[in-house]
Order: sequence, then C-alpha cells, then structure tokens
Amino acid sequence: MSELKEKNDPVNLDIYSFSGGDEAQQQDLAGISADDRGQLLMAGMDVREAHRSGTFLQFDHAQVHCKSCQKGVEVLGINDALKKYDGLPDYFWKAIDKEQDEFTRASAAATTQGGYFIRTEKGAKISDPVQSCMFIKGENTGQNVHNVIIVEEDSEVHIITGCATSHGVSSAMHLGISEIYVKKGGHLTFTMIHNWGDDVVVRPRTVGIVEEDGVFLSNYILLNRVKSVQSYPTVYLNGRGALARFNAVIVTPKGSYVDTGNRIVLNAPDTRGEIVSRTITTGGINIARGEIIANAVPAKGHLECKGLILGDGVIHAIPELVGTKTGVELSHEAAVGKIAQEEIEYLMARGLDEDEATSTIVRGFLNVDIMGLPKELKETIDRTIAEHEGEMF
Amino acid sequence: MLNIEDLHVRIGDKEVLKGINLKIKEGETFILFGPNGSGKTTLLMAIMGFQGYEVTRGKIIFRGQDVTHMPTYERARLGIGMSFQRPPTIHGLKTKDLVQLCARDKEVDVPAMARTVNFESFLERDINDGFSGGEIKRSELLQLMAQDPYLVLFDEPESGVDLENMVLVGKTAKKLLDGPTEPSPFESMRDRRARHNTSGLIITHTGYILDYVNADRGQVMYNGVLCCDSRPNRPRDILDHISKYGYKECVRCLN
Repeated sequence: MSELKEKNDPVNLDIYSFSGGDEAQQQDLAGISADDRGQLLMAGMDVREAHRSGTFLQFDHAQVHCKSCQKGVEVLGINDALKKYDGLPDYFWKAIDKEQDEFTRASAAATTQGGYFIRTEKGAKISDPVQSCMFIKGENTGQNVHNVIIVEEDSEVHIITGCATSHGVSSAMHLGISEIYVKKGGHLTFTMIHNWGDDVVVRPRTVGIVEEDGVFLSNYILLNRVKSVQSYPTVYLNGRGALARFNAVIVTPKGSYVDTGNRIVLNAPDTRGEIVSRTITTGGINIARGEIIANAVPAKGHLECKGLILGDGVIHAIPELVGTKTGVELSHEAAVGKIAQEEIEYLMARGLDEDEATSTIVRGFLNVDIMGLPKELKETIDRTIAEHEGEMF
Repeated sequence: MLNIEDLHVRIGDKEVLKGINLKIKEGETFILFGPNGSGKTTLLMAIMGFQGYEVTRGKIIFRGQDVTHMPTYERARLGIGMSFQRPPTIHGLKTKDLVQLCARDKEVDVPAMARTVNFESFLERDINDGFSGGEIKRSELLQLMAQDPYLVLFDEPESGVDLENMVLVGKTAKKLLDGPTEPSPFESMRDRRARHNTSGLIITHTGYILDYVNADRGQVMYNGVLCCDSRPNRPRDILDHISKYGYKECVRCLN
C-alpha cells in the first residue's frame, strides 16, 4: 500500500499555466495539421465531421470550433452558454460542489475557462453522435474546462468526448468539471476516450444526475501512457426506473498511474446500476475502483472488474457495495490475474501459436463491441490496441 | 495415419498411461471405451500435446512424423483436430472469428458452414459463453469443419446432448469423418471417398454415436492400458458386453 500511495505524487498546480492566448475561432477543421489530426482521431474526433451531429473542439484554453449540424441539439462554448442562459443557474456548479477538493476550488477560481455546453431539445432523437475534444498543444498548459450536458425529456443522444495532447507536449495538466443532467425519459450515451501524453496529469470531476426512466450509458477508454489520472465519475439515479451502466477499458503501461472507477447511487425505486471494467497493466499502476450505493428498493446493482497483469505492474481492485435498505440487491465479482492457460491451449489446439493465442485473448478482453461506437471509431480503437500488443507481451 | 508405440504418460507424479500401442489407418474410425478415470481423455490430451501430460516413454507418430514432443499448435497445423468436452469461454472472441481462425489461410464460408450445424445465430456470440451441452458440441464440430483435420479426436460426443441434438451431432460427425455422401456432378463417389480420408478417435460411454458413424475398430482402456480388441467393424460388441456385464472381464483379462 505505501508504495502505491507514494507513486501518486501530490500535484503542484503552480507549474502549469492556466491562462493564455485566445485563439480565434477557426471554423475550418481542414487547417489542423496531419499529426494533430491523428492524435484527435485516436481520441474519437473525426475532423471531417462525417456522421456527426455536432462538434466542439478546444485547443489549450481557447475554443477553435463549435457547431451543431443537426436539428434538436445545441452545441455551445460554455462561456457563450453562460451568457445566453443567464449563468445557467440550475446547472452550473449545481451537481458538483465547488469546495469538493483543491481541484474543484482551482477550477472555480480560474479566470480563463473553456468547455462545452450540449443540450438536446425535448423529444429529439439525435441519430449521429456529437463529438468534442479538449486538445492540449502548449507545454505546461493547465487546461481548465467546465462542461454542462443537458439531455431533455425523452430525447436521445450519443456524445463522444475525447481528450488528447499534441505530440510535442510532454508536460501538462487537465482539470475538467463535467455536470450532466438526464431528464425524465432521456437517454444519454457518453463515451470518453483519453489519449494523453507521458507527463500529463489529469483530474476530471464528473457528476451525472438522472431523473425518472432516464438512461445514462457511459464508456471510458484509456489505452496510452499518462502520468497520472485520478477520477471517480458519479451518477445519481434520482428518479424511478432510471438506469446507469458504465463500461471501461483501461491499459496502464509502465509510467502510468491511473486511479479511476465509477460510482452509482441508486436513490429511487426500480433503479439499476451496472459497472464493468477491464484493465490491463503492462507495468503501470491501476487502482480500479467501483462503488454502488443503494438507498431505495427495489434496486439492483452489479459490479464487475477484471484485471490482467501482463507486465510487472499493479492492479488494485476496490469494489464496494453499500446497501442502506432491506431488499436491495447488489453483487460484485472481481478477478485480477493472468491469462488462463486453458484458454491459450484451446486456441493452440486450433493451430494458433502461443503469441497468436495470447493476442487473440487480450483483444477479446479489451473488446469494445458492447459500447456501441461508430464503426470508424471502433476501428481506430482496435488499431490502437493492435499497435500496443508489442509492449503487452 | 496415427501410430502410437509404447506410450507412457504421467500427470504430476501419477503414471496414467502405461504402455499404449495403437494404430489408426487412413479413413479408419476407432472407438475407445472404458470406465471413468481409466486414461481415455489423457490419451487424447497427450496426442494433442497439452501441458501437464508428460510423455515419459514411447512415441506418437502422425502421418510419418514423430510429433511426441511437438507443440500443440504444430500438431493442429499438421492435421490433428480435437473436440473438447468442456471448452473454456473466451470473452470478446466471437464464434465466427474463432471459426475463421481455425481455417487459417483457407477460404471458408463461415455462415454456410454454420447453417449445416444450425449455429448461425451463435456466430456473433462470444465463444462458449453460456452454451448448453448440445451447443458446445455443435460449436466444436463447426470449428473442426473449418480446420478440416486428417485426424479427429472426439471426447464423448454424446455428453450433455439431448436426443434432438444427438441426431445433428451424429450426422455431422459422420460427415466430418466420411466426407459428403451425396453424389456430385464434379467427381465420382469413389474419387470423393478416396480424397476424403479423415480418421477418427472417439471416446464414448453410451455408444449413441455408433448409431451414426461407421466404426471400424474399438478397444477398452482399463487402468492405463488398452485391451479387448473388437472384431473388425464390430466395436458395438464390446459395448453390448460392457452394458451387460460391466468391466469385470477387463480385470480378469488383464491380470
């Protein structure tokens, strides 16, 4: 334990620059360099905007592109949204407490603030995903964003939100406040893909609030090295019949310290929560958390966390269940270990050599089919996983 | 096809196979009987070359090559295929993808193949995930069809299979061993049979599989040795005897 704690060094916020040049809004994404485009693609952003209903792109502190191209969904920079909607009194700093920790305090105190505001119209079914990306281009940039998502009653949307750093950047920090509201009967799929640099420190703070019959599906993908991520996105199911499901696929190479997981709070009858995480360490440290809290009945929750240690890394699984009422049904299964010899031999009996068998099993373990991602994005992720196989075993 | 000479196999400290001699010719189907724990599955595992089955003496020759110490995947590529009794689930590996992997570089029509074992609706599912006994057998047969081996090792084709599935499993196993039986405009039945020379080694307790496949020979495995050779084409005689009198005759015969 002591070794684990020591590795997650306290963050010195002073070394990062949280303000800087405000780049002019750049409507044409074609001007982005090929190299940056590659980094963005690996974070889920398609600069051609094919099959997207909207795009929000931020470089360091400045919004460079913001557009919605489908009726029924509004995409704005957070500053414009605050102006347009009188400071968003019902939503801005309402799900998250400013005083929660040093990072929320730093975020609230910062003068320069980016981030997006995405809102669906009541009843709108948005067929193509909205994409957003927070991109860091400057060395020692401290990026501080505040996002607000509102999924209005009976509407449906998929938001793909990526974070990436330009190839030249080694050291940076990202602070991200995300407040997400799913109204009655709303349906949100929220896919987050992280593609950070080697020396980047990441402290997102995310809270979702889901009303009656609302659905919150969340996907998280982290495949590349990052200095340190610490986050614990939490969803409150406050309305009857609400559902939350989290899927995470995380790889921690040597040098990565990733302390993340999800928390679901079942606050109303007939709510259900499910958390499934698959993590692989190839030398890094992964604290795989998960917590389901049930405060109402009937309520069901299941937590599954599976870890494979392929390098001499650490996986520390901490699944927690808290029930506070008679009749709640919560369960979890956690397993940390190696690839089962039985599975390797099964595939070898079909003619695959040991390396082929191992990589087939690892690819299956990291499979993201369940996430329902657009085809090109899934292909990009599969390609990224394939590229990493060399360092996995 | 397969020539096993004086094979001794140890699992941990225990010698399980104590000098097995077995020849299976091209196109021949051999049936292995015997009580639980006698070493039948061990023989299949040793032929496939799995870890933990240590050959301490003797040889396994397959199509003229000594495979005794060859890795499993090389044996599979040479043409030994096995149907598992309890195959593991591999999460995230779709059945159709594994079937394609079994075919290696060969062109195969996976959906068409799946149709013959009524398994199309499982192609998108993770391999073996929640499969019933009959579904496992159909999945294993489908993989073997794609692999198209020279020698099929089949561990208890009837275990966990209901009657309806048994017909399908039996017919498919027959087709795998004998090749297609319907006439073709492109070649004569004689040529077709000559080309299709798959051999089989089948473990059975109940003998239901004998209603479907043409068994050429059979023997009983008892306490790590083979005994009681059947008359040609009459392995069922052994079964009939065992079902009436049990294995006590083996004890007498071997002592």
